[in-house]
Amino acid sequence: MRSTRKALVLHNRDNVATALSDIEAGTLVRVKVGGQAIELIVNQAIPFGHKFAIKNIEEGQSVYKYGEVIGRAIEPIKVGQHVHTHNLESIRGKAGQQRWEAES
Amino acid sequence: MNFQGYRRPSGSVGVRNHTLILPTVICASETASRIAARVKGTVTFTHQHGCAQIGQDMERTFKTLAGIGCNPNVAATLIIGLGCETIGAEKILKVIEREGKPTEMLNIQDEHGTRRTMKKGVAIAKRMAKAAIKMKREPCAVSELVVGLECGGSDVTSGIAANPALGVASDMIIREGGTTILSETTELIGAEHMIAKRASTQRVGERIYEIVKRMEQKIKAMGVDFVGGQPSPGNIKGGLTTIEEKSLGCIYKAGTAQITEVLEYGEKPSEKGLVIMDTPGHDVESITGMIAGGAQLITFTTGQGTPVGSAIAPVVKITGNPRTYRTMRENIDVNAGTIIEGKETIEQVGRRIFNEIIRVASGKQTKAESLGYREFAINRIGPTL
Repeated sequence: MRSTRKALVLHNRDNVATALSDIEAGTLVRVKVGGQAIELIVNQAIPFGHKFAIKNIEEGQSVYKYGEVIGRAIEPIKVGQHVHTHNLESIRGKAGQQRWEAES
Repeated sequence: MNFQGYRRPSGSVGVRNHTLILPTVICASETASRIAARVKGTVTFTHQHGCAQIGQDMERTFKTLAGIGCNPNVAATLIIGLGCETIGAEKILKVIEREGKPTEMLNIQDEHGTRRTMKKGVAIAKRMAKAAIKMKREPCAVSELVVGLECGGSDVTSGIAANPALGVASDMIIREGGTTILSETTELIGAEHMIAKRASTQRVGERIYEIVKRMEQKIKAMGVDFVGGQPSPGNIKGGLTTIEEKSLGCIYKAGTAQITEVLEYGEKPSEKGLVIMDTPGHDVESITGMIAGGAQLITFTTGQGTPVGSAIAPVVKITGNPRTYRTMRENIDVNAGTIIEGKETIEQVGRRIFNEIIRVASGKQTKAESLGYREFAINRIGPTL
């Protein structure tokens, strides 16, 4: 483990990486996927602990972390984009009914 | 491997030597607190239950209260009841007495009010605490330990640093013949297939799916998305997006051992090794359930930091977030943030957690204990009548 690493991919099936420090928009980041290093430009600011795409993800496609499904994309996500509640939703945590609009 | 514990008459081993003032009902909680405040060596907690409950819900509250008195960390119990409540002091007394520990009770109505209850209660508690001081720690095997695994205020570091390190410690306890409890059924949702694969029997595997389904149905009956409740706003701020992501990170704290049993809330394990208890993701309700089931010590991973403790069992706080360790050091016992910083491996931190468990079991105070934290909450499954 090197202390200089900026992000971590937990499994070679994953299509997202986790930021291990605050990453500024436009940063070139190198991550290891299954022993192989890949480089990509993170094109949005990613706060520590948040995720960004390391592969293009289609709308409706599963998002993988730990090699397991953590939800599905609700819009197309490009490599280097922030992946969070705005473009990823839970499959198991849905009510199956209308969303409760707490803010309205 | 050994630690220094208190051997109880039933043969079980405590890591603390508390004299407990136990209120049966909300109406006796204040009186119990006032007695405890006047006698050194006593502990107590407040709760809002014990009356206007029926069926399985009443049964659960009763078993939890009785289980707390039976916990081996308790040397003696003085039960304070009101007198007219559903869960009477006599019923709880009968269960705790079976452990062979000094157990007495007072009902406020029978004592004609506050003054006499206080006077008698303080005298009994002083006598109990004085006797408890004479008890000595002795070497006890780690196989006697039941350690609760909890996580709360999670962020992304929980799943990649603190929980995997706690998993290493959990495996070490189990290799020594001890028991660990994985809790928080809500945080198995989306990860139950990984956990069920590790069940010792087909029946245990089925029970894992059963408790998750039961929890999911209960939540879905509310007719709204989990988001905001699970993950919480703090989880989301920390980078966790969905319940599946949170769950997959949570289960790392259970290491790699086989799962030998699935327990109901507050139930005592009958098997050694890794067991699961059906508790909610609510930290304090979950911890209370495990302590009622006999856990003498709780390990608690946190990303964002939390001060939570227990009057009955030491709570060892572990953070995987280096920033949280810096900002909330007064509340954190073990820094697992070194994993994120690349300074230590998960294995190394896991061994440190195990060593800290042994030290705390042998008497070292946790941060939550030295700050006097004593949160307590019973999980409800029925309406208040």
